[in-house]
Amino acid sequence: MPGLITMDDLSNEEILSILEDAQRLLPVAEGNTYLPLLQGKILGNLFFEPSTRTRMSFETAMKRLGGDVVNLGDVKTSSVVKGETLFDTIQMVDGYTDIIAMRHPRQGAAQYAQDAARVPILNGGDGAGHHPTQTMLDLFTIQQAHGRLEGLTVILAGDLRYGRTVHSLSHALTRFGCELILASPSLLKMPAEIVSDLNAHGAKVTETEDLLGSIETADVVYMTRIQKERFADEDEYAKVAGAYKLHASNLDGAKENMIIMHPLPRVDEIHPSVDKTRHARYFEQAFNGVVARMALLCRLLNVEVPAKIGGDA
Amino acid sequence: MSQEHNMRRVTAIRNGTVIDHIPAGHAMRVLEMLGIDRTSSVPVSMVMNVPSKKMGTKDIIKVEDRELNQDELNRLALVAPDAHVAIIRAYSVAEKLTIELGDEITNVVRCTFSNCITTNLREPLPHRLKILSMAPLELRCHYCGRPQDLDELVNNVI
Repeated sequence: MPGLITMDDLSNEEILSILEDAQRLLPVAEGNTYLPLLQGKILGNLFFEPSTRTRMSFETAMKRLGGDVVNLGDVKTSSVVKGETLFDTIQMVDGYTDIIAMRHPRQGAAQYAQDAARVPILNGGDGAGHHPTQTMLDLFTIQQAHGRLEGLTVILAGDLRYGRTVHSLSHALTRFGCELILASPSLLKMPAEIVSDLNAHGAKVTETEDLLGSIETADVVYMTRIQKERFADEDEYAKVAGAYKLHASNLDGAKENMIIMHPLPRVDEIHPSVDKTRHARYFEQAFNGVVARMALLCRLLNVEVPAKIGGDA
Repeated sequence: MSQEHNMRRVTAIRNGTVIDHIPAGHAMRVLEMLGIDRTSSVPVSMVMNVPSKKMGTKDIIKVEDRELNQDELNRLALVAPDAHVAIIRAYSVAEKLTIELGDEITNVVRCTFSNCITTNLREPLPHRLKILSMAPLELRCHYCGRPQDLDELVNNVI
């Protein structure tokens, strides 16, 4: 059964239908209703590189729905360190579980795992490739704030070259007719093949190095972290990173309902003064990781989410 | 200068393969893709930059006592997708082969992206490149999705 490797695995109708499921599952995610839809099912969490939110939200999502989780644990103490191939690891976990969530430092690892597995694979990040489950929670957050996904103006800012969250999100947003403003230092521009794909879909895409100059037009500002290690020297990093920091004072001309998102962890790119503004949505966004992944787990395991949940059920 | 004259620049072969209509200057890359080098024992003749009505200029290769198979044709397609390939037996054209790549090239070359999962050579699944376009040739790795640098691909032949 196919899993979710890139956003191309879902049609727009499927995305909207999964987001509807997520909306209905909110009371379960909040712990106000117990709904063991996935009782008897086991999720294999295979995180070959560090993860906090993605791994924990998958685990929380499974447990809120009555399912169980087995973890790969620390890669340093697993068979991987003994030289086991990804193929062999997947063969083993495939037999232990009903579905696998995976993060791997190598690009293409999720597709490779899906080709090797019988159970569905949920791509939790493969190198600088894709992160579609993050995109689903991002879309859920945008829809919560704006009531729609269509026709929005979205700024994607920061490290667009290596940031897998923005790779998956840009594909999805353009499919809903959003206008994209890609704001990044030239060294960290969105890969040419992705911009080419977005243009091929007829998307309106603007590339700029000026983040602050575009804020007034935006419905969503999606910030990402610029990593120091991408730069040859620290001075260059400091100069570039300084241009991609948001402070509350930068938001004076922003639209009333503009939201600021961030896949977290943040370092300096969003000043704490922004946290108290009506624009900040990154902590709600992190919570939405649970409910979006609950809806995805149900969908890929062919478990229907009831039309009514909670008091009315 | 005529086609006939071009073919006579090198001697007719008794048995083997003639690869015609190679883009001018690409003959050496074709030989690399086919794994034909100084260690090969079969006689190989090559002409480069000869006039062609269709292409302006072109290269031609004749490999004696060796008939290309489909796998080798797939390799050839990566550098000379419009080449004409003829199998020669007893000085006559016994068969004309056409290059039909389909949607994908499997286990011919490895992805050129250094962080692709397939760079671990112990991983057993096949190397797969998807064909997005034939002219110009555009390939992407089935696993990592990265576009392939055709110049680098020559070094990644399996």
